[in-house]
Amino acid sequence: MAAVVRYLLPPDGQNWSKLADYKKNGGYAAAEQALREMKPEDIGTAVKASGLRGRGGAGFAAGIKWSFLPNDGRRPRYIACNGDESEPGTYKDRQIIERNPHQLIEGLLIAARANTIDAAYVYLRGEYRTGFDNLRAAIAEAKEAGYLGKNILGSGLDFEIYVHRGAGAYICGEETGLMESLEGRKGQPRKRPPFPAVAGLWKQPTIINNIETMTQVPYVLRAGVDGYKSIGTEKSTGNTIFGVSGCVMKPGPYELPLGTPLREIIFEHAGGLRPGRTLKAVIPGGVSMPVLTAETAMQVTMDHDTLQKNGTLLGTGAVIVMDDTVCLVRAALVIARFFRHESCGQCTQCREGTGWLHKLMQGIERGTGTLRDLDVIEDVTKYMEAHTICALSDAAAWGTGYFVRRFRPEFEAHIEHKGCPLAGTSFEV
Amino acid sequence: MGVLSEELKQRIADEFPKYPEKRAVLLTALHFIQAEHDGWIPPGASKEVAELLEIHQIDVEEVISFYSLFHDEPVGKFHIQVCANLSCCLAGARPLIRAFEEKLDIRSGEVTEDGVFSIAEVECLGSCGTAPMLQVNNEPFLENLKPDDVPGILDKLRSRLGEGKR
Repeated sequence: MAAVVRYLLPPDGQNWSKLADYKKNGGYAAAEQALREMKPEDIGTAVKASGLRGRGGAGFAAGIKWSFLPNDGRRPRYIACNGDESEPGTYKDRQIIERNPHQLIEGLLIAARANTIDAAYVYLRGEYRTGFDNLRAAIAEAKEAGYLGKNILGSGLDFEIYVHRGAGAYICGEETGLMESLEGRKGQPRKRPPFPAVAGLWKQPTIINNIETMTQVPYVLRAGVDGYKSIGTEKSTGNTIFGVSGCVMKPGPYELPLGTPLREIIFEHAGGLRPGRTLKAVIPGGVSMPVLTAETAMQVTMDHDTLQKNGTLLGTGAVIVMDDTVCLVRAALVIARFFRHESCGQCTQCREGTGWLHKLMQGIERGTGTLRDLDVIEDVTKYMEAHTICALSDAAAWGTGYFVRRFRPEFEAHIEHKGCPLAGTSFEV
Repeated sequence: MGVLSEELKQRIADEFPKYPEKRAVLLTALHFIQAEHDGWIPPGASKEVAELLEIHQIDVEEVISFYSLFHDEPVGKFHIQVCANLSCCLAGARPLIRAFEEKLDIRSGEVTEDGVFSIAEVECLGSCGTAPMLQVNNEPFLENLKPDDVPGILDKLRSRLGEGKR
């Protein structure tokens, strides 16, 4: 394993939630540079040149997203920072706000300077108690130290950060669902256009980035564009936090460069499988992303291009590992149940489709399914893709449909045996 | 006499300056109310919140029904939420839930007769590397659990019964 320079999380066992600890380790130097020495447009140019791509799932270039903000003089302008983190398997943003919240604050401050932002709202999923407490305490300390408030560091920038608690709805991680929720409504996504950059929070210009994306920003300035680009691959730059879970010896969050081989993540960092077990399937980026067979999983590197070429996506980098004891029909059933629960109900394809998928998976798992059900699943997923206001429907179709497409014999075996051939060994749902 | 205390109304009003519209405080207000009222939103609260935020009562009620953290019926004083999503299931969430059900003699989704405990199976809580796990009310997570941990968890919670507010 090559030595990895960590810059998102403190070393194991350390917590830099206190301002003094963060500053001792170089914290806020990038913000001081950005506010005292740099022109706002140069910050945006550096972020664009660094190749920084969003870490919330879609991988859109952060600098380009920022450049969509209109120069029409409308104020206030907002940042909506996405900390809803509800994609099953994903727990990376939580590591940041619990152990390194000042770096998020610093990233937001630099982004505010670059884009002339008046206020940022960090939308945090309601369940995150420790992260909520640590982030709020860090914001209070940063304000006390003059990094938030009026005329920050003499730059003329007035900027505040507020933490907003969600209340348990996966759909609020969708950018416009988040905005609806922040405004005090059900988190039902909006139709686009208009896009958030033009009409976001309260119809004002808004940029929306994931917590980890914003936490990358100080490092772009600290390392410089070339230093940042030297980590990762050509089109997937920088580190990310891979959250590994499932059938491995050492599940946990691993901060590594994008482009790290999945084999290395599972077998070296996460300690490999339990003794005597073999690999069966891996979800590389949270349950929305197409599952990979063991064979493909052992060949891929964890960057956007490679995964796309291999029929899946990086998503949130949440790696869920399944060994030969795992019944994949049950895994697909859990995922189908999740999406049925989380569909906001606006679009017919999603509301009805997620219900169908769940019922069909339930039947197959219980032993009442038929071969025709597999064709119906294929059919339903096709109607669910690219037909709805947001991508939850696509995610549900991919997250379940690819289990059938890539592991069809296992589903057929369930139908034939009228139940799970692995029932004695597999996990329970 | 309303459901919401004057102090609670003041805490809600104190949030207004953070936003350009009062309505944005709705989720926060509902969290405050639940924390003061044993984890659920009592009848009458939605009308009073609507008045405070200058919105319709239905605007409040549709939000209560949309979000899974809001309850319009009583839950246990200790609401035990066990994650049953994929990573937790792979690590043994089902046997953990069963242990709670057996020990408390209720099913997931129910409240014990004395109103002290309720169990809920919930979707991913973002603790997948430390699975299986649970959250009591809105407290910090309990992680890396085994069915054997259940009696100890329940004893510890029972010992807190005299403490008052959640």
